[in-house]
Amino acid sequence: MTNQAQAQAQAEPQAPRADNGVNVDALLTARAALTEAPEGARFKWRATSQWVNGTQSRATVDGFFGLGAEQCHRRTFEFDTDHPEIFAATDNGATPVEYVLVGLAGCLSAGIASVAQYRNIQLRSVRATLEAGMDLQGVLGIDDNVRNGFDGIKVHYDIDADATPEQIAALVAQSQKRSAVFDIVTNPTDVSVTSSKV
Amino acid sequence: MSPSGRATDVVVIGGGHCGLAMSHALSQRSVDHVVIERGEVANAWRTERWDSLRLLTPNWMCRLPGQAYDGRDPDGYMSAADVAGFITRYAARVRAPVAARTTVLRVTTMDEGYRVQTDRGDWSCRAIVLANGACARPALPQLAADVPASVAQWTAKSYRRTADLSPGGVLVVGASATGLQLALEIQKSGRQVLLATGEHVRMPRLYRGRDIQWWLLASGVLDQRIEEMDDPMRARRLPSPQLVGSTERTTLDLNAVRQHGVEVCGRLSGIRGKRALFSGSLRNVCALADLKMNRLLDGFDAWARGQGMDREVADIRRDRATEVAASPRLGVDLGCDVRTIVWATGYRPDYGWLDVPVFDRRGNLRHDRGVVDAPGLYVLGLPFLRKRKSSFIHGAEDDVSEIAAHLFGHLDRAAGLTRRGDPVLT
Repeated sequence: MTNQAQAQAQAEPQAPRADNGVNVDALLTARAALTEAPEGARFKWRATSQWVNGTQSRATVDGFFGLGAEQCHRRTFEFDTDHPEIFAATDNGATPVEYVLVGLAGCLSAGIASVAQYRNIQLRSVRATLEAGMDLQGVLGIDDNVRNGFDGIKVHYDIDADATPEQIAALVAQSQKRSAVFDIVTNPTDVSVTSSKV
Repeated sequence: MSPSGRATDVVVIGGGHCGLAMSHALSQRSVDHVVIERGEVANAWRTERWDSLRLLTPNWMCRLPGQAYDGRDPDGYMSAADVAGFITRYAARVRAPVAARTTVLRVTTMDEGYRVQTDRGDWSCRAIVLANGACARPALPQLAADVPASVAQWTAKSYRRTADLSPGGVLVVGASATGLQLALEIQKSGRQVLLATGEHVRMPRLYRGRDIQWWLLASGVLDQRIEEMDDPMRARRLPSPQLVGSTERTTLDLNAVRQHGVEVCGRLSGIRGKRALFSGSLRNVCALADLKMNRLLDGFDAWARGQGMDREVADIRRDRATEVAASPRLGVDLGCDVRTIVWATGYRPDYGWLDVPVFDRRGNLRHDRGVVDAPGLYVLGLPFLRKRKSSFIHGAEDDVSEIAAHLFGHLDRAAGLTRRGDPVLT
């Protein structure tokens, strides 16, 4: 626990502790441990994907590397990606670009819950609405001046919490500052794609 | 000790305001010492600042132990030459034993103390105070190495005036006090400026009719101690607030520079070939800075109410939120649209000559609030070393008095004389 949080807890023994289901003490302990042992902080996230048919693929996520060892999720997660029927596709899953929005929302909301817990703010509901613009002239090769990806992403949060509007704005701002997916979509990342014949 | 070597109790490295304030404290206790200065006293203020620079603190705040500002413009802001004059007068006033034009080449441990090799002979001593400044070398991001050769590069340390820049667009990287001041000055010289903006600290020059530095000092913010901070590392890394010292006492923020035509874009996040890429996080860093500024000012309002000062200061008025273009630029071609880059990305101290194992794996000096992790070795003048004001000129007084107390204890122990009642640093 930090000095400030300790002082707060001592000053207001009656103040109820917020419970957003985030174990902040564990996060702070991990932060301290990884400061001392930075090699444990180097993680590798993994996914595999198997083409099914047409524009459909099935991705699988089960293991990752972190804290110096191979780690496993509690179970294997599967995700179907496909394209909607207006593209003459089978629509057996969300489009890959929608998964990017799913990842961004998941990351920001996790951040909001964690920061709120740390700041002792009780959340009741956190609803994110995301919209990304995309000009298909890019992916369809109609106009080289149009990029393939999003021309922008808009995220809106409706949050019900024991907090002032400024505190809520600060939660949302801080979660962006510490979000991995926000960083991934706002900054360039070096991508290497290789292949081999099997 | 080498035949040419001289012995003293304490070697102070650096004849700036911190080194001289320490010299004053040592003289008051009659501790034998020397202040080694590579140039003349206040060297960096004479030779390493851009022409238009003024202090971010008003004159009335500038004080050193035993010397207050006594000029006729207490609300003004000193130029670099004014600061050099102020420090030079101080050196004379406290009769500092300065060895000028002397460059330290190497410091090593020796017996119960240290050996200081310089280009003018060696010194042996029992304690060393590193007072050679926090702004020894510009801190450039790694991606600076990827800048095409066709682009001229300057740093806040090498830049002097707009006339030295070639014509054409300029990318200023960094939105602290330095970045905003240089962006505005260069834009006014007729060159289109692009300002790459990451996390920054926004503050109005005047709040409720008083200088923001008055509020920071009076309300106790500048006296906050590093051990009170939740995240000391972060507190020490905080960039300097967007401020400028001007006769008009104007506020310098992103809205102001945009009004003059500066284009504000996100943090410089990569260079691919000839293209510089900017982060899409501009809106958030602006929102963060606005929120933090308003929290700070809310704190000042509450403090003023508590002091019963509400009617002594002007009414509450807040600047409008930072405006961000509808679609901030995400990239620019280097070499055509941008001919020059000015790095305003901060500074790091330089202890390259310090051959004592006191550095962590990142190369940072290992110290606890100025007490370095080697007996008798101390450091002064780093950002938030002990208090938030540590790196200000007026911040030297408290730090020097506390660190000198520790140093005297060390000298006494080294001499085997444990005097009772000496101040003990906790």
